[in-house]
Amino acid sequence: MIKPLWARLQQGHRTVAFPKGEPVLPERFRGRPQVELSKCLADCTRCADACPTEAMRKADGALTIDLGRCLFCGACAEACPTEAIEFTRDYRLAGRSRDDLVVHDRAVKLAEALDQKARRLFGRSLKLRQVCAGGCNACEADTNVLTTVVFDLGRFGIQFVASPRHADGLFVTGPVPANMKLALEKTYAAVPDPKLVIATGACAISGGCYRDHPEVCNGVEGILPVDLYIPGCPPHPITILDGLLRLLDRLG
Amino acid sequence: MPVSNAISFYNGQAIDTKQVPVLDVGTFRSSVIDAAASGMRIAALFAAPLGNSRLRLFAVLADDSAGTLGVLSADVGERYPSVAVDCTQAHWFEREIAEQWSIVPEGHPWLKPVRFHPPYRGGRRQDEPITPSVMDFFKVAGEQVHEVAVGPVHAGIIEPGHFRFQCHGEQVLNLEISLGYQHRGVERASVGGPNKRTVHYVQTLAGDTTVGHTTAYCQLIESFSGRNVTPRAQVLRAIALELERLANHTGDLGALAGDVGYLPTSSFCGRIRGDFLNMTALICGNRFGRGLIVPGGVGFDVTDRHCESLAERIAQGLKDVTVAANLLWSTPSVLSRFEDTGRVPIQTCRELGLVGVPARASGVEMDCRFNFPTGMYRFAQVPVSTWNTGDVFGRAYVRWLEIQRSVAFIRDQLASMPDGPITTQAKPLSPNRFSVSLVEGWRGEICHVALTGPDGGLMHHKIVDPSFHNWMGLAMALRDQQISDFPLCNKSFNLSYCGHDL
Repeated sequence: MIKPLWARLQQGHRTVAFPKGEPVLPERFRGRPQVELSKCLADCTRCADACPTEAMRKADGALTIDLGRCLFCGACAEACPTEAIEFTRDYRLAGRSRDDLVVHDRAVKLAEALDQKARRLFGRSLKLRQVCAGGCNACEADTNVLTTVVFDLGRFGIQFVASPRHADGLFVTGPVPANMKLALEKTYAAVPDPKLVIATGACAISGGCYRDHPEVCNGVEGILPVDLYIPGCPPHPITILDGLLRLLDRLG
Repeated sequence: MPVSNAISFYNGQAIDTKQVPVLDVGTFRSSVIDAAASGMRIAALFAAPLGNSRLRLFAVLADDSAGTLGVLSADVGERYPSVAVDCTQAHWFEREIAEQWSIVPEGHPWLKPVRFHPPYRGGRRQDEPITPSVMDFFKVAGEQVHEVAVGPVHAGIIEPGHFRFQCHGEQVLNLEISLGYQHRGVERASVGGPNKRTVHYVQTLAGDTTVGHTTAYCQLIESFSGRNVTPRAQVLRAIALELERLANHTGDLGALAGDVGYLPTSSFCGRIRGDFLNMTALICGNRFGRGLIVPGGVGFDVTDRHCESLAERIAQGLKDVTVAANLLWSTPSVLSRFEDTGRVPIQTCRELGLVGVPARASGVEMDCRFNFPTGMYRFAQVPVSTWNTGDVFGRAYVRWLEIQRSVAFIRDQLASMPDGPITTQAKPLSPNRFSVSLVEGWRGEICHVALTGPDGGLMHHKIVDPSFHNWMGLAMALRDQQISDFPLCNKSFNLSYCGHDL
């Protein structure tokens, strides 16, 4: 009995300071991209040509980045001859609508909280059923990690549950292969109303790098109504946690 | 011993496609069966189109003791006599061939879909609906026999798959595993590449094995272009591969502890796993190594400060995981659940061609880093970690041995980091070549095979995740076990659904 106790002391206290303190992110972390429009050359489309998922668009001289498609690979920034694109270390990526995920310039639109009625229902206790629909196990792994002592999701009243019947909503990852569509729809139907849907990762939001494959449905769009989008490939656990806490208005 | 009728070559070596012997199907079949009987493994067995609707079967045979690969081929029509009848290792491959190309391996004892997708050609109508897991499952009849169906959606944050148990009371008589829910069409989309999406496909083939799969793919592409990889890039690739192994093995030890209700190790390892992932993120900014491995080298260099920080963190990581793992080996309630649960005899491993941790836990001495070394592993060898019980304990303990050896390897590499550039000049891919690339990922042997066409583009890309070999091993491990031991056995294999489903 003494061994586990000694081990417990050796391992120490490991829960992160976030959200009270700033999160510790890797130095080379690629977060929210920013575009310096004044540097963008009029006829140049090198960034859009380099993008593997058509997340970069250039129309009428204006450059936009769709975070719902972005894999955060940095190919656009590398291709840009004038360094107009920069991946900042801003981890706050979640949005409430698909349009909010489109970056136009340096402006940042953060996810808004649920309305008061929904917050009264879910604000202090949110039970989610995770459905992996074609996810590669990276989004899943960095969601699972939220339940460890490091992030300690339980302290916010958020929990991943085993059955959709116990859940307040679905947390979906993956591009939704045709083979998973029915299972996803049935799982959604099994969640009692009112319910939320959270689409996590480029795949769940837009199909990611599998977009327009006949084998997949381009994510949950058009299959389920989405309340929160969490971009990334995969999103950092702090990005996911930040999105969930913003939705519940738990960030101060 | 070289395979008769096959051309012999090395891991990561491209050969002229014309050099691959083309046999008649009968000789092809008997050569594969003889090779397997003499102890070789089937690393890949697939059909590839050769234009004008002809199909050719290819078999890649791995000779573990000689460290060489053999390949042979045969043109095939609508049907051919099944190899699996006399060589069990071929059974899952032949199911895949039948599903992809509507070819019938006659006499196959277990011919069912593996992924539930429309065939690439022929067979059923393309618009005919396919319902995953709707097939004839193996059934046991008799008094008090009952069936348990689990999945595709499981009670946890894990990937989807369907499990069908035939039980007598608590005892599992048979488990049949039906997958395909994760099928995203990677192999099909890879044809005609490489293009700007290809590297993202391989990075997400199995997201927890980003470094393993991407290294295998890059080796393949480099073999076609004759592109060298600098020593510094080789070292960084190997460090990344071992960090990936450390993170996943540590996570698995924690999850195994969790499945037997031993919370201290479960809790500690959940955290330590993240520490190893963060070491990968220190190098490239992403916890899974996205963007780190690129054709021609690596995408990120490290400074001396990074190396010092890595060395410090890895020392602390080893210290922490040692404490957490040793609790398992000294707790009788854990050992009594691990020992003698989900046993897979070495004979079964060999017959089914199992790879990686489950094979080594049963005493099979096979590790691509040792048997088919490429890159840095040609110069710095990692000892092969084996155990001889083939049970959950064995699979857990092999992971612990590998954790210690990976740490030792990384420390050695950090201490003698070569200078120089991290990438080399891109070169075009040579046309009409055939190449095989093997990498020992944390789950086991990752195999990528490709053929280039007349324009140098990928004409066919075959991917074999270790899970493709090992899912049947899990089914075998469950025989005569209690159904309540399924989560524990499943975790001790921890196989990939998306890596299998592609």
